Amino acid sequence: MQQRLKFGVLYSRVRVEEKWIFNALEKRGIDFDRLDDRTIHFDLENPAPWKQYDAVIERSLSYNSGLYALRILNAFGVQTVNTAAVAEACGDKLTTSTLLAKAGLPQPRNVVAFSPESALEALEELGYPAVVKPVVGSWGRLLAKVNDRDAAEAIFEHKATLGSTQHQIFYVQEYIEKPGRDIRAIVIGDRVLTAMYRKSEHWITNTARGGEGELCPISPEIESLCLNAAQAMGGGVLAVDLIEHSERGFLVNEINHTMEFHTMQPLSGVDVAGEIVEYAMSLVKEPA
Amino acid sequence: MSTIACPECAVEIMLEEGTETGEIIVCSDCGVDLEVTALDPAAVQLAPMEQEDWGE
Repeated sequence: MQQRLKFGVLYSRVRVEEKWIFNALEKRGIDFDRLDDRTIHFDLENPAPWKQYDAVIERSLSYNSGLYALRILNAFGVQTVNTAAVAEACGDKLTTSTLLAKAGLPQPRNVVAFSPESALEALEELGYPAVVKPVVGSWGRLLAKVNDRDAAEAIFEHKATLGSTQHQIFYVQEYIEKPGRDIRAIVIGDRVLTAMYRKSEHWITNTARGGEGELCPISPEIESLCLNAAQAMGGGVLAVDLIEHSERGFLVNEINHTMEFHTMQPLSGVDVAGEIVEYAMSLVKEPA
Repeated sequence: MSTIACPECAVEIMLEEGTETGEIIVCSDCGVDLEVTALDPAAVQLAPMEQEDWGE
C-alpha cells in the first residue's frame, strides 16, 4: 500500500491563500504540518525532522527567511515549491532581469550601478522618466518614478545615506507608459493557468496597491512568453507580470515565486491552491 | 464563536467561524491589524509591522 504523503507549509501569516492551500491538502488526504517561520529552527547537522516531509510549500512573507529555509531544505534533499534557486532568481529583481536578458526575452531596459554618481550617469544615458527600484521588495514598495535630474540626485543621495547596503545597488528601469493596466499570469509547471489585467489609474498597478483585476485572455503570444519567462527562472509555481508596450509588444516586468492569488482565484474560477498542491505532489512522484 | 478584546482600543471583537491561528484580523473599531495567536481560548496580539523584504 502506498504510504500517505506528508507535506509542510511554511508561512508567516495565514492569509486566504494559505487557508485555500490547507483546504486543498485536506481535500486530497495529505497529512501536513503548518510551519510558522517565526517558530521553526534548523539544526544543520540533523536533517531528520525535515526529511519527514515529502515536500514543503514555501509561503513566507519574508524573502530572506523563505530563501534560507529553501536553501537548507534543498541541501537536506527535501523537495520544495519553489526551489531555492528559483526563489533567488525571482526574489532579487536584478537577478530576474539578468536571467531574462540572458534568455533573450523582452523586458524594459535596465541599468545598474554601485554608486550614486555612476547611477546618475547611467540614468542620464537611459533617459527620463525612469523607475528606481530596490533589488528586493514587493507590493510596489519603494518604487520611485524619476522625472528629471533633480529628482534623481535626491533619490540616489537618500538611498546612499539612509538605505541599507542593499540600497547601494542602484537598479534603474526604463519607465514604460502602460495603458492603465498590466497583466499577471499564473504559470505552474509547463502550463499558463490563468491571467488577469490589473487596472489602476496609478502608474503602479499592483493589486496590493489598489489595482483592480479583470480576466485577460491567454493569447498564444502571452502563453509562449510566460512559459519562456518561467523557464528562464527555473520553472515551478510562478506569477509572471507583463507590461504592454505600444510598439515593442509584451515586456516581462517581474516574476514572483510566492504569489498572492486572492484576486485571481475567485475571478478566474481556477483552483490555483489545488494546482499548487497537485504540482507539489507531482514532484514527489517524479523527483527532479 | 469567541470574543476577545482589542489590545489597542479594548473593543470586543468576535472571531468568525473558521478563523485560524496565524490569521490577521482587523479591529472593527480602531482599524489596527491583529494576529490571532490562539483559538481556545482566543487570543490576539498586535500584528508585526511589514518588513522591507516582505512580499510575493
